[in-house]
Amino acid sequence: MVTSEQTARATSAGVASTSLLEIRNVAKSFGKNVVLRDISLQVAEGEFLTILGESGSGKTTLLRIIAGFETATSGELWMGGERLDVLPPYKRRVNTVFQHYALFPHLTVEQNVGYGLMVEKQTKSEVASRVEQALAQVKMTAHAKAKPSKISGGQQQRVALARALVKRPQLLLLDEPLSALDANLRRQMQVELKSLQREVGISFVFVTHDQEEAMVMSDRIALLRMGGLEQIATPREIYSRPATAYAAQFIGHTNLLQGEVRGGIMRCGSLSWKTNLPDGPYLLSLRPENIHLLGSSLRAGAVRLQGKLQQRAFHGATELLRVECADGLTVSVRAGARTEWQGELEFEFDPADAVPVRASAERI
Amino acid sequence: MFSRAYRTAITLPPLLWVTVFLLVPYLLMFCYSFWSVSPSQTILHTWTLDNYRQLLQVDVYWQTLLRSMWIAARVTGFSLLLGYPLAYFLSFYAGKRKDLFYQLVIIPLWVSYLVRAYAWKTILGSDGVLNTLLQYVHLTRHPLEFLLYSPFAVVLTLTHIYTPFTFLPIFAALEHIPRNLVEASHDLGASPAQTFWRVVFPLSIPGVLAGATFAFVLSLGDFLAPQLLGGPSGIMISNIVVSLFGAAYNWPLGAAISFCMLVLVVSLLFVAERLEKKWSFA
Repeated sequence: MVTSEQTARATSAGVASTSLLEIRNVAKSFGKNVVLRDISLQVAEGEFLTILGESGSGKTTLLRIIAGFETATSGELWMGGERLDVLPPYKRRVNTVFQHYALFPHLTVEQNVGYGLMVEKQTKSEVASRVEQALAQVKMTAHAKAKPSKISGGQQQRVALARALVKRPQLLLLDEPLSALDANLRRQMQVELKSLQREVGISFVFVTHDQEEAMVMSDRIALLRMGGLEQIATPREIYSRPATAYAAQFIGHTNLLQGEVRGGIMRCGSLSWKTNLPDGPYLLSLRPENIHLLGSSLRAGAVRLQGKLQQRAFHGATELLRVECADGLTVSVRAGARTEWQGELEFEFDPADAVPVRASAERI
Repeated sequence: MFSRAYRTAITLPPLLWVTVFLLVPYLLMFCYSFWSVSPSQTILHTWTLDNYRQLLQVDVYWQTLLRSMWIAARVTGFSLLLGYPLAYFLSFYAGKRKDLFYQLVIIPLWVSYLVRAYAWKTILGSDGVLNTLLQYVHLTRHPLEFLLYSPFAVVLTLTHIYTPFTFLPIFAALEHIPRNLVEASHDLGASPAQTFWRVVFPLSIPGVLAGATFAFVLSLGDFLAPQLLGGPSGIMISNIVVSLFGAAYNWPLGAAISFCMLVLVVSLLFVAERLEKKWSFA
């Protein structure tokens, strides 16, 4: 879990204002099984939007609805002022990179890439030059004459990407395209994919179950849970201001604290601090890295807590400590890895880092 | 992994079977094809090429062989024309009823070949179901004679019998096509027709070849359908072989014809297998 460090790398320029794809109140059920409920979101031009969710969250179904392989039970899709959901998949200006690439086994790499141009009856020279360009873009020129079964998974991935991009779609859909690759290649492809997206400047809708991948690559993340949209925001925003308890837990690691405000004072077990939230019960998300070992200088307004070290997990640069405080409260604390932690410890955190979140409804 | 004795024990019976019931008879047949029959109706064990010479020089033999191939080719063509769309529909569009339809296609295979051949006889005869119906609705005034005892009847019957044999391998091939390839094709802008001709059909070619081989080889060697429904004009090469081994008592010539057919069929199987390999992509 190195999410906070990774978000430190520059995220892209802000979301453009013009929206390319608009999903309006889309719902989908298979018989009695509700897969998506009332999803509304917009994809801006040139945006890298990630649909993030666990298996069964409906993320792939949403992507398949955009591509046209599934029909929404209700709701509409609009793209560039036109209804998209009434068109068959082969008439949509949308292309897909499939999870298992779906390269045509009987065609060579270059025939695969040229397929989409050939069926739209482009001239031979046009097909040839665009295929060549697309293959160069993904560094696969050397394998142009190979059959897909003769190249590696990472290379197949690039061919699938070239095959989709050569069509110059307005929107590229990617269905967990990196999930079949091993960890190293995967990290490398994340960077490549992101820079390729900036280079070609078209909108990407990227489906993944990997929150780290989502954080690294996306302009915005749409978090799905049990078919519902939990939160849609930039990675930084979703990390630092999660809307729900689920979002806080799924993206990164967090402590969920139960608290109550009365008369401008938040009480959370034995802890309390001043707040300007209105009265009522609250659920708070406090990231482990926002709890600091008590230094010599007490920060202004910081909340102090102390407890006994229960468990420690080494993560390389940092260590995650499980600390049991008074009255049964257990918190996770991220600390530098080199110190020898032991016994009773004292910590402090800035109350502003304890973010109120909505409780995530149980929907089974 | 397994002991030597165990391996011998499990490989010996099939090996014996193949030797006794295939290799030895074939060898015997091969020898016979170079022997001859004396005027006093005894087999002369002297080596000669006369039988093969006769095969090339006597018109009725090679013409019948050619006609048999032409009948088998038509049966193959019609079986594919019926079997392919059926397999395609079942594999891609039958949905939940796929298993039911599959069984419906297979059921005729459980009915004896002879029964099905006789059934066509009752349907196609002068007083048969079809002629009676045609006269009843006044489409014809006299029974159509070409329906029965003709190559037409043979082709029709064999097509009926061998269509499930072409259907099965084609269906298996279609079932093995990953559906995301079809989606990928649509995604790239190919219409359903383009997708069929550029993705589905090429990937089903091994099944088509296997089905075509079944239909061709099985109908080429067929002798019951021409016997029952072929009449004089619908005679096939196997009928000649049968009579040579029977009433005509010319085993050597029968063996020579059989051996030619064997060579033909084996080389056909060989070519089909090579082509299937060329068109299969694991």
